[in-house]
Amino acid sequence: MNKNINQKIAFSVFKLLSFAVVAILFVILGFIVVRGIGVVNWEFLTAMPEDGMTKGGIMPAIVGTACLVLGSMIFAFPIGVLSGIYINEYLPENGLKKFLRMMTNNLAGVPSIVFGLFGMALFVNYLKFGDSILAGSLTLGLLALPVVIRLTEEALKSVDDNLRLASYAMGTTKLQTIRRVVLPVAFPNILTGLILSVGRVSGETAPILFTVATYFLPRLPQSIFDQVMALPYHLYVLATSGTQIEASKPMAYGTAFVLVAIVLFINVLASLLRRFLQKKVKMN
Amino acid sequence: MRKFRDIYEKIIVGVLFSSSTITSLTVILIIVFLFKEGIGLFNHAVVDDNHVIAISSQNPVKDLTADKLAKIFNQDYATWQELGGTKDSVKILTTSTLMSIYTEEQLGANGENIPSKVNEYVKAHPGAILFMSKSFLPADFAGREIAVDKISLKKFLTGTHWYPTSSPIPQFGIWAIIMGTLMVTLGAILFAIPLGMATAIYLSEIASMRLRNIVKPIVELLAGIPSVVYGFFGLIVVVPLIQKGFNLDVGETILAGSIILGIMALPTIITVAEDALRTTPRALKEASLALGASEWQTLRKVVIPYAKSGISTAIILGIGRAIGETMAVLMVTGNSSNIPTSFLQPARTIPATIAAELGEAPYGGLHFKALFALAVILFLFTIIINLTVEVIKNKARKQSA
Repeated sequence: MNKNINQKIAFSVFKLLSFAVVAILFVILGFIVVRGIGVVNWEFLTAMPEDGMTKGGIMPAIVGTACLVLGSMIFAFPIGVLSGIYINEYLPENGLKKFLRMMTNNLAGVPSIVFGLFGMALFVNYLKFGDSILAGSLTLGLLALPVVIRLTEEALKSVDDNLRLASYAMGTTKLQTIRRVVLPVAFPNILTGLILSVGRVSGETAPILFTVATYFLPRLPQSIFDQVMALPYHLYVLATSGTQIEASKPMAYGTAFVLVAIVLFINVLASLLRRFLQKKVKMN
Repeated sequence: MRKFRDIYEKIIVGVLFSSSTITSLTVILIIVFLFKEGIGLFNHAVVDDNHVIAISSQNPVKDLTADKLAKIFNQDYATWQELGGTKDSVKILTTSTLMSIYTEEQLGANGENIPSKVNEYVKAHPGAILFMSKSFLPADFAGREIAVDKISLKKFLTGTHWYPTSSPIPQFGIWAIIMGTLMVTLGAILFAIPLGMATAIYLSEIASMRLRNIVKPIVELLAGIPSVVYGFFGLIVVVPLIQKGFNLDVGETILAGSIILGIMALPTIITVAEDALRTTPRALKEASLALGASEWQTLRKVVIPYAKSGISTAIILGIGRAIGETMAVLMVTGNSSNIPTSFLQPARTIPATIAAELGEAPYGGLHFKALFALAVILFLFTIIINLTVEVIKNKARKQSA
């Protein structure tokens, strides 16, 4: 009898703690949404910041983040997918494969601030790009690279081996098999990976601190060598180092809301897309 | 046609291969750049070539270490006696004090009389110690220059003073920062382990499929929230709560950092631990149940021991997530450079120090290099964590084989 009571107590504790984790998420999201939603309107999204960032909007930060996300994905997505294909489809289980996986894991474990330092040392100073969208995008791209590689590998791994064998049996080459059989099947998951890494990149602050982000720049970028404002850095500035922290608080809530909304939207989009495309692939 | 296709395939394979080398290349480049700048800290003169620190030649004090010099310029000593010298009081002479002692006329319109006035002052005050541009020293200078020790690795690691901008002797002791980093990480992991493990066990062993499908995406969503948003939440909600709850002067404490970092480490711990728990073979569980063990006993004696290595991996990866986190910690831990002794004190961590100070550190200077050296330490921490995970995984693979 005793052991059943023990079990009941233990399982209830586990259940309680799990619900606590869920509650934490809802508290954080709820807090940001409740405080932020009133601030956000069309003007907030489309106007320049004004009056020491206590009024106006956050358009340059939104545009800046969009530029950085786009730039980093142009760099990370092709390279990540190509190396995922190479590691999973071409390499046999040997030392090189192990080594490349280990390096990818190591890169994934590098703290984001170290990416920032590295980006500053390599792109800003050594290659003389200066504080620019180019330097920031490349830094963020390197940060996203291990994520893209891993998700691509996983997507490729989940492709049934019989499909590959069937294709070979028809006399196709390896490349043809990958292009015509493996990639189309793996595509939904690869795409999901891309979307999730966009979410990751759009919220990163530390890597852009010293490579591109600027405190206040109320105009839109003209070239890839311009500095930009970015949403996460803007939130950091508003929350900690603005000249009038109290007066700019509504702006901070609004910015946090927009940032969280983007991340939520991306996550939902990713799972919806995965479901939709998976159905489509099955039907073909 | 056939030949053309072969070449085409070879080119493609070449492109694929080169893409796959980029990550390794980046890791190597990161190491090279961090070490190159970081090591510069230890070869670099503390006082730059154009400046000089000197004392009167009548002053018998020897062995002026960088620490002592820093204290002297910090006006911690009234006389030279404490340093084994005479009773002469310590007189600091810098360019600005020179300007306040002598009038502009006395120094000459273009400063042409400065060297002779410096000499005059040093002769009149045997306790004088000066720090100024080399060009201000006269040819027949009545004092001796002091060579400042270079920073040693030991001093860097064990020094307790982090005053990177103090002049003329900046101090780069990172012990307080290391302690701050370790304490914040420890707190985070103590917070995250019970919550994370309970959730992992609940999801893998107890919850119905339907509930699991709801809770799992929520946990993944936690991983997606940007760290600056966590920091903002911590600053606005957690910090004031701690300040009121514990009656502190400031709420920006290690505890605040630990809670926020703990939450941020949760998704990693839950996902990895749940995967590990799920790999327990069904046969093992059913064998245990068939022996009359309850589900809880089975969980404790069969499932958890079986998943032990995966669970340790989860915790270590959680530590890795916490130790490198920058923005959230920067916003909620107060960034004090004192050595913390309790969780209710402010502290600073390695990433937060870098983020807060790099913007103001002049490019290529000592402070700049010291921050890179800090990044090297952080990088080594994360490499150790990654290697530990690899070792555990390999061990587990061998055991199961």
